[in-house]
Amino acid sequence: MDTLVDIRGLTKYFGPVKAVEGVTFSVKRGEVLGFLGPNGAGKSTTMKMLAGYLTPTSGSATVCGYDITRQTIDVQRRLGYLPEGAPAYGDLTPLGLMRFAAGLRGITGAKRDKLIQTSVERLELQSVLQRPIETLSKGFKRRVSLAQSILHDPEVLILDEPTDGLDPNQKFQVRNLLQQMAKNKAIIISTHILEEVDAVCSRVIIIGDGKVMADAQPGQLETRSAYHNAVVMRMPTADAEKAEKVLSGMAYVVKVERIGQWNGTAQLRALSAGGADILSTVHQAVSKAGVTLQQIHVEHGRLDDVFRKLTSKSRNKEA
Amino acid sequence: MRNVWVICKRELSAYFSSPLAYVFIVIFLALAGSVTFYVGGFLEGGRADLQAFFNFHPWLYLFLIPALGMRLWAEERKSGTIEFLMTLPVRTSEAVGGKFLAAWLFAGIALVLTFPIWITVNYLGDPDNGLILAAYFGSWLMAGSFLAISACVSATTKNQVIAFVLSAAVCFMFLMSGLEMVQSFFRSWAPELFVRAVAQISFLTNFFDLTEGVIDTRAVVYFLSLIGVSLVINTAIVEMKKGQ
Ligand SMILES: Nc1ncnc2c1ncn2[C@@H]1O[C@H](COP(=O)(O)OP(=O)(O)OP(=O)(O)O)[C@@H](O)[C@H]1O
Ligand SMILES: [Mg+2]
Repeated sequence: MDTLVDIRGLTKYFGPVKAVEGVTFSVKRGEVLGFLGPNGAGKSTTMKMLAGYLTPTSGSATVCGYDITRQTIDVQRRLGYLPEGAPAYGDLTPLGLMRFAAGLRGITGAKRDKLIQTSVERLELQSVLQRPIETLSKGFKRRVSLAQSILHDPEVLILDEPTDGLDPNQKFQVRNLLQQMAKNKAIIISTHILEEVDAVCSRVIIIGDGKVMADAQPGQLETRSAYHNAVVMRMPTADAEKAEKVLSGMAYVVKVERIGQWNGTAQLRALSAGGADILSTVHQAVSKAGVTLQQIHVEHGRLDDVFRKLTSKSRNKEA
Repeated sequence: MRNVWVICKRELSAYFSSPLAYVFIVIFLALAGSVTFYVGGFLEGGRADLQAFFNFHPWLYLFLIPALGMRLWAEERKSGTIEFLMTLPVRTSEAVGGKFLAAWLFAGIALVLTFPIWITVNYLGDPDNGLILAAYFGSWLMAGSFLAISACVSATTKNQVIAFVLSAAVCFMFLMSGLEMVQSFFRSWAPELFVRAVAQISFLTNFFDLTEGVIDTRAVVYFLSLIGVSLVINTAIVEMKKGQ
């Protein structure tokens, strides 16, 4: 696997405002990197620097081996970029916009028409091809911009919130598309939708306050959650108190929560200390105490919980 | 160069897909025509030339050209499309050139559409057509200078109204510096050399050099260098303001 994006100590200040500070990571071909972080964390700023729109205050990065500040045009030729908010010329039609982008990429004639057709089919834009972009709905606008960004089949894709504003079917479609394209590309997407990470990303970077807080596979990150390997069980309400007593006496259980109670049943969650595997011990202990278990399962942990834990200090920075 | 042309085509289509193009052309033709005939005394003068028509151009351009140039960058920055444009493999200077060229060609189209006036003088008398052609060329060059300044100012703001007002003000200064009134104001205290320099940078002085005689190289060089310098500054401003 070869490295297509390589970022070293990328830093950006807007006057005195620090937006990105010493961000370092690299992305290989075949990877889909989910770029997460609270509002104002510096995701878009990092992406804008990679796309050659903003000049870094310090640090450097290469895309396909080309330096983003010294060889900006070479970088831009190999890059598909979806800017935040998917800006596009409202007076152009989707077809016009793609032809314009193709023109600036030096793609003409039959090759251009073929690439445009592929892109249009991938994002299902056939029905709106001839309508001015300003008359399209938000989701269609986003898809038009996406179509533009993948038009030239670039090796590196940088997409700032690609599924924002799409309906569930289209989100599904776009995620599939990303997975299909992932094999021979390096893809970076920023998102606030954590399910998306599990759905498409092979790797996650969480940034907060301009710095990288975590860099791991989604599954690894979830193990850092307090809910990793937590055991959830359902039982008759009458047994709940008994179970709680047994569980809180166990060494590997840090906390017992009652998470629901209805129709005469109660649901309890036992959080595992250090994420240890506690299912069998919990099962045995509770059964021995005479609790009738109606259901029992283990949680993997939650990305949103890890996200909160890692970024709570830098949350709502703009406020 | 290919990119300049791609951007130029897109910008021209942007003009014609909004009412701006038609409003501009109609107003330009109506004003140019009516002023020539009524204010300039075109018919009474008994002369078969277009002096009155061309004399009026600087003043017409003073507010029409900033209206043409104001959207070039301000709109792009306001709507965020500048990020789309500048992340395509295109140099800032190419974008600046393409946009300017589109607006300049558009002004040229409006100018060409005044040809009925030319036909009229030829019908009424026997004008010096070489002179008229030179004056048309001079007028187009002057329009380019107004435009280059307007494009530059447009890059400094996201607000098209501010761009319009500021461009008109800057262009006004370039126009006025040739008027006798301004000249005598400077002459009262400034050295003669300075007074002459101020007159030299005037659009009026240079334009009248072009309408009154055969093509004056100095005036042509003046307008072309003004356009060149403005476009270089324009490029620098776009680069500088990108992130804001
Ligand atoms: N042009 C600018 N001028 C000044 N400050 C800016 C500018 N652009 C971004 N910032 C600041 O940089 C920081 C990072 O912004 P950025 O847009 O990269 O965040 P983000 O992670 O993309 O957030 P979101 O999730 O809301 O899109 C913020 O504090 C923001 O206010
Ligand atoms: Mg953002």
